[in-house]
Parts: sequence; C-alpha cells; structure tokens
Amino acid sequence: MGGWIPWIGKKLLRGTLLLLGVSVVTFTLMTCSPLDPVQANVGQAALGSMSGEQLDRLEAHWGKNTPPVQRYLSWLSDFVRGDMGISLRYRQPVRQVMGQRLANSLWLLAAAWVLSGLLGGALGVIAGACRGRLPDRLIRGICLALSSTPGFWLGLLLVLIFGVWLRVLPVGFSAPIGAESAGITLLQRLRHGILPAAALSLTGAADIALHTREKMADVMESYFIRFALARGASIPAAVLRHGLRNVALPGLTLQFACLGELLGGSVLVEQVFSYPGMGQAAVAAGLGSDLPLLMAITVVSAALVFGGNLTADVLCGLVDPRIRRGGILP
Amino acid sequence: MRVWNRRQAALVFFALASAVLLAVALCGPLLAGRAAETDFSRKNLPPCLAYPFGTDWLGRDMLARTLAGLSLSIRLGGLTAGVSALAALTLGTAAALWRRADCAVSWLIDLVMGIPHILLVMLIALAWGRGFAGVTAGVALSHWPVLARVIRGEILQLRQAPYFLAAEKLGVSWGQMMRNHLLPHMLPQFFVGLVLLFPHAILHEASITFLGFGLPPEQPAIGMILSESMGYLAAGRWWLALFPGGALVLVVLLFAGVGERLRRLLDPASIHE
Amino acid sequence: MEVLLEIQNLSVSFTQYERGLRRRTVWGIRDLSLTIRPGEIVAAVGASGSGKSLLAHGILGLLPYNSHMAGEIRWLGEPLTPRRLKTLRGREIALVPQGVTYLDPLMKVGPQIRHGWRDAAARVRSRDALGRYGLGPETEGRYPFELSGGMARRVLLAAAVFSPPKLVIADEPTPGLDARAAARMMGHFRELAQGGAGVLFITHDLELALTVADRVAVLYGGETVEEAQAEDFAAERLRHPYTKALWRALPGNGFLPLDGTQPPPAGGWTGCRFAPRCPHCRPECKKEEVIPYRPWAGGRVRCLNPEGGEEP
Repeated sequence: MGGWIPWIGKKLLRGTLLLLGVSVVTFTLMTCSPLDPVQANVGQAALGSMSGEQLDRLEAHWGKNTPPVQRYLSWLSDFVRGDMGISLRYRQPVRQVMGQRLANSLWLLAAAWVLSGLLGGALGVIAGACRGRLPDRLIRGICLALSSTPGFWLGLLLVLIFGVWLRVLPVGFSAPIGAESAGITLLQRLRHGILPAAALSLTGAADIALHTREKMADVMESYFIRFALARGASIPAAVLRHGLRNVALPGLTLQFACLGELLGGSVLVEQVFSYPGMGQAAVAAGLGSDLPLLMAITVVSAALVFGGNLTADVLCGLVDPRIRRGGILP
Repeated sequence: MRVWNRRQAALVFFALASAVLLAVALCGPLLAGRAAETDFSRKNLPPCLAYPFGTDWLGRDMLARTLAGLSLSIRLGGLTAGVSALAALTLGTAAALWRRADCAVSWLIDLVMGIPHILLVMLIALAWGRGFAGVTAGVALSHWPVLARVIRGEILQLRQAPYFLAAEKLGVSWGQMMRNHLLPHMLPQFFVGLVLLFPHAILHEASITFLGFGLPPEQPAIGMILSESMGYLAAGRWWLALFPGGALVLVVLLFAGVGERLRRLLDPASIHE
Repeated sequence: MEVLLEIQNLSVSFTQYERGLRRRTVWGIRDLSLTIRPGEIVAAVGASGSGKSLLAHGILGLLPYNSHMAGEIRWLGEPLTPRRLKTLRGREIALVPQGVTYLDPLMKVGPQIRHGWRDAAARVRSRDALGRYGLGPETEGRYPFELSGGMARRVLLAAAVFSPPKLVIADEPTPGLDARAAARMMGHFRELAQGGAGVLFITHDLELALTVADRVAVLYGGETVEEAQAEDFAAERLRHPYTKALWRALPGNGFLPLDGTQPPPAGGWTGCRFAPRCPHCRPECKKEEVIPYRPWAGGRVRCLNPEGGEEP
C-alpha cells in the first residue's frame, strides 16, 4: 500500500508533461498554419480599407510581430497563473467563454457518458454471454453499423426523423431561440438536449458494446465459468455471479478511456445541432484561427482525457483485490 | 446443407466487397463531369427512376455526386491509411528494437492519443492550410498510434518467446530470423491493421470536411454534401442527407467487413469452426 | 452391483480447417467405453493428447462449442440426457478440476464454495468442507491469488463435496503437488469412495493411480486400449502391449522407455493406433477399420492378439 503516493505522483508528473507537450504541439501547429488570423477575423474588405498604421497596430494586437517561442512562453506563464488570454473570435476572456461552453457541454457529455456506458455495457454483456447465437448476431450487427456511422450523420438522421418528419422534438440549440437565459426551464433544456445526447450516446454505446462483448466472450471461455457450469450453475447464473464481476474491471477502464472519443464526438454533434458547447467553440476557434481559445480547448480536453485514464487506474486499484491486497500496481 | 463452409463464405465476401469498393473508387473520375453538371430545369427533384438519389438545388444528380464523393473518400482513405500504416510500422519497430526510441515513441503515442481525435485532425489540417493537403496530413498523422502499439507489442512479445530465444541461442542469422519468425508473424497483423485503418480514415475525412476544415466546397466530398444538406433538411429535402450518408456508412461497413474477413482467414487460431 | 456411470462407444470430434479452405474432422476421442460403480475408484490413465480431459468435459456436457459428441452415456441405467445432466451437475456429479485457474480470481473462496447459497446452514457446510481438508475458516476470506497450489486443490475439492456427490470426476488434480500432498489427495479420494461415491480419477501418472485405484482404464490416442484390475499390474497380467510398456517404463519396473510418440488426433484413421510402436504388429492390425474393444481375461482389451489369455 505504501506505493500509492509515489505512484500517483509519478502519474501526475507524466500527465503534466503530457499537457505541456499538447500545448506545444497545438501552438506549433497553429503557428505553422498559413492561414492568417488577422484576415480570418477582420475580413478581407475591412483590411483593404485600413491604413498602414492601423494594420501595424492590429498585427501587434494579434501578436504577429513577436517571435513564436517568446509568444508561447508568455502564453504559458499567463496560463499557469490562470489567465487564458482573450478570445479573438468572441472578444471575451477565454476563461469566460470556456466556463460557459464547458457548462453547456458538461450536461451533454455527462448524459451521453452515463447512457452509453449503461446501454453499451448491457448490450455487450448480453452479446458476449450468448456468443454466436441470435442475440449476439443481432447486437453485433447493429453495433457494427452504428460504429461505422459518422456521428454527424446519425445526428442528421435523428433531426430528420424526430424534428422534421414526426415534429416531436426541437432540432437544435440548447434552448428556444430568443428566450431569456433566466426564463429557460429545465424541461426546455431537456427537450433540446435529447437528440444531441441520443446521437452522442448511440455511437459511444456501439463501441463500448463491441469491446465489452469481446471481454465477456473471453470470460465465458474461462476455466472458472466452466467450473461454475460444472457445479450446476445455469448460464445466466454464471454470468451474474462471475461474468459481471470479471467484465466490470475492463469495463471501468473502457468507460473512462472513451472520454476522448466522446469529446471528439461532441464536436460533430454540437455542430449538427448548433448546440453552444465546447465542441462548437472549437470549430469556431479553428475556422477563425483563434489561437488562445483553441489552446485552452485542447489543453482542457487533454486534461479531461488524462484525468479519465487516471481515475480508471485508481478505481481499478481500489476494486481489484489482486492490486488492493496483492500490492501489484498497474 | 450449406453451399459454402465458413472460410469459403469469408473468401467470397472478401472478393465481392473488394470488387465493389474498387469499382466505386474507379468510377469517381469518370463521373466527375456528371457530378458537377448543373441544370436548373431539374432542381430539387426527389428520388425518381432517372435520378435514384434525387437532385439538389442546382439540379446536380445526387447519385453521381455521391459516387464521386465515395470514390474520393476511398482514394483518400487509401492514401492516408497507407501513410499511417507505414508510420506505425516504422515507429513500432523502432520502439521495439531500440530502447531509447521506445521512450520517445511511447510518449508520442500517449500525446497523440491524449488529444481527442477530431481536435487533432483539425489542428493538423489547419497547420497545412486546410484543403486536400490538410485533410490528408491530418488523417494520416493521427491514425498510426494504435497500430504502432500493436506492432511494438507483438515484436516485444516475439523477442521474449522461447522459440525465438532458442533460435537466437542456436546462432540462427538475423536474416533467417526475420524470414522465418518475424515476417510470418507480423505481415498478417500489418495487413489486417492496414485494412482496418481504412474505415477510420474515411470516417474522419468525412467528419473533418463536414466541419469545414477539409476538402473545399467545389469537391464532391461526402462530408461537404452532408454539411450543405443541413440547410435543406427543414425544407423537407431529406434525400440530400439520407442517401449520401447511407452510402458512406455502407462503404465503411464493407471495409470493416473486408478487414474482419481478412483477419479471420489469416488467423491460425481460426482453424476451428 | 448397480452401475453408476456407463459410457459406451463415446466419441468426440472437432471440425477444423486445413491449410486453405478444406474442412476435416479431427477425433479427440473415438470409441471409448468405461463403467464406474459406487464406492469404486476408476483411474483413466493416458499421456497428454490421449483424450483424458475431453472425457471429463464430455461426461459433464461442457465440451467446446466446435465439438461434436456421439455414443451413449448412461447414469444409473438411464440415458444421461442434457436435460437430466443439468439437474445432476454439481449435485450428484462433481468435478475436481486441475488448479487455481478454475476459481474466479475476483471472488473470495467462501462464496465460491457456497456458489449462491447464502444461508447459515450453507456457511456451516462450507466451513465443514474446508475443515475436512485441513483448511481453517480464515480461508473463506481469501482470494484465489492468495492460495498456494496445494491449498487451491483442497479448496477445489471442498467445493466438489459441498453438496455430497455420487460421482466425483477428478481431472488431473495432482500436477504441481509434491509427493506427500499428492498422497494426501489420494487419501481424500479413498475416503470419498468409502463414503459410497464413485470416483473417476483422470491422470497421466500410472504409479500414483495404482496407489489408489480399484480399476485402471488405459487411454491411447483417443481410444481405451485396456481395462485392468489394479492388482493385474503387479502380477504382470496385462493384456495390451501399450499398457505393458507403460508399466515397464516406471522406475521400479525396469525404467524402459518406449520408442516413438503417440499419434496426433487426425481424421478417420483405420486400424490399431498403437501399430507403429507395437512389437507384435501384424499386417491385419492395420487393415481392420476399428479394432474391437472386447472382454479378455477378466478385463477388456483393444488388440487383435492380446496377451495373458487364451485365443478364443
């Protein structure tokens, strides 16, 4: 047990280095980009009508004249102190934009995370336990089709079916257009969130189900399941008593590891539904070459992904008796 | 009585699917003219016999556009999957054989896997100034880690294997070791990995184009077609989104199926029915 | 005496692919016959690849999904249908498997022995079962990875007798145990037999089998080649040349190795499987499709010219 603190310390150090790497990579890629942030944000026509002096001031404002290394270091020292800079696109502090967007996205992400985990886990366990038989083939077929479906097209289909043909659900945004933010009820928020959450959960659930199925099928082939059957347990009883327990650990890891995919999926789904979350902000920042916002989004996303993996490792350590009592750290 | 046993069925599927995919890939350049042809006398037609996928607001034949888009997707997927697989092979092998490279490559893998995929593709595409070069670089440079990890793991495992150690002790030359043990072990894995990269590459190319970072609007890319269709959904022009997207899913499924069949045919453990 | 378990002409086959697309049938067990009576220990002895483990799993109806089983198994005179088997598994027929991998790595020993029973009576029973094999109640709170090899075997034994069985199938329960632990294990089987249960002891260790078994069935290449009383060995009243060779290969009886190897399972062999290694092989041994398994001098043998008896 004494190994826990150095182990977590080591992981955190590695994570910090990783985030540093992510910020360097993002910064380098954006600096290499031939797209001109001034042009992207001010517009060709406006630029043409400006005087040389105005242009110079503008370029200084966007930081075009300072060398990249210096710009990166000043960004880093600000970022560490909690100042994420000013978004070029939204003309607001990045912190404020991120706070709003993240709060919106969090609803969506949390709903999709829980739903995809429950749905995918359940389907995967059922398919794995009935390997090769009809339920397995059915589930596998559906999940393969779903995981081959781009998230945005699934979103479009849902809009088409529920928004356009059946007209039962609103087609986008996190709230009715034009409504005062104070006047938005929880019910309205929920109604607007159903389709994006469904689109995001379905693609996530398919991958989780396929992975869980593999694990479950392996467990079903194991000697201890065979012994349980030899001792008179029925297949459902063996699944409940031994299968779930043994599939839970890899399932837990998978559930946390899929955070990255979920974040990526949310970029597409938010775009389809014009949902004002972090994913949509990422696209806007990318199209507008909004370096400070994009940096913040990538670093926060990478931190979420890393945090997910770390949580999974720690939870596995707490749950798995071989680690908890045997003292073998993952 | 079944006509084919499972291996034969897998082989037949493999051949048919490959033929379909090849045909779609080849018909793209032939249809380029037809896909771009506008004709206002036939705009916004729902699916009918003459235009099974309907026409758009410029009177372009959606079937031709879809096929041209799919062809582009497949060719681009092939290019990016190929580059990715080569990168994976090089980095994976280097990491497995050379300790110092291992550290760097592992860290690089963690780094690439640490950023959500779409975000990374977007960033790389931006660095290359969007467009064709942007998508290609973005997809090619972001898909290698999984395969690289597999290759690294396989080689490391092989080097620990008793039969490999025994051959080493017996003084078998490096060339022979490669020929007899490494290549027969790695090649199937590599090919299956390569084919299974296709669907991911195609999906991400479509996604990134959909978001506006990929292929330019004048290209008949599926992502672009779907992105444009969003504006017409509320007007009830469902065919603009349904058919091109469905066709894309079909192509991706075919690739996934081809990879899966290939894996099954090459896997020695599959001798059991 | 009544017969507990009767296996007649059991065969287990697999469908496999050869290189390419051709399918073939591979026999794991062919034409295997065996009977077990209450209170009797029957050892099934054979080298690895002789079909021993398939035999255990075949009786329990737990063969891999790609296998096919034919022949007849009767339990107390009635055919052992899959439906009947379901009610018997774990109640009247118990398996003692090979080792710790047969225990769920994430579940404590106690609940695994009780497998589903939670009442106080079950607790007492599981504690008794462990105590019978010299394991204290603290064992119940341990996880399988905290058990030694010998302890794991005893836990598996305790699990088998948790519901008192009529037939115990022990599938190679001793490899990895030292001689004393193995001998103690044999003692436990003897106790079970004295309590009226039939024991099928599957092993590759003829010497160990002879210390405890009443009868020995010798398996070779998926077939039973001989059935002998345990005392037939010491008296060298053996019928099949393979059994003889096995006996002579033991350290105390000459330590004579047998040349050649057991044939691998293959599709549709004809003739005697032992023919290539047999010192008395005759041309007709290779011609006959299936060499009959017939009663001979108080036992049974699968040989055209067996020893130790008169030509019929």
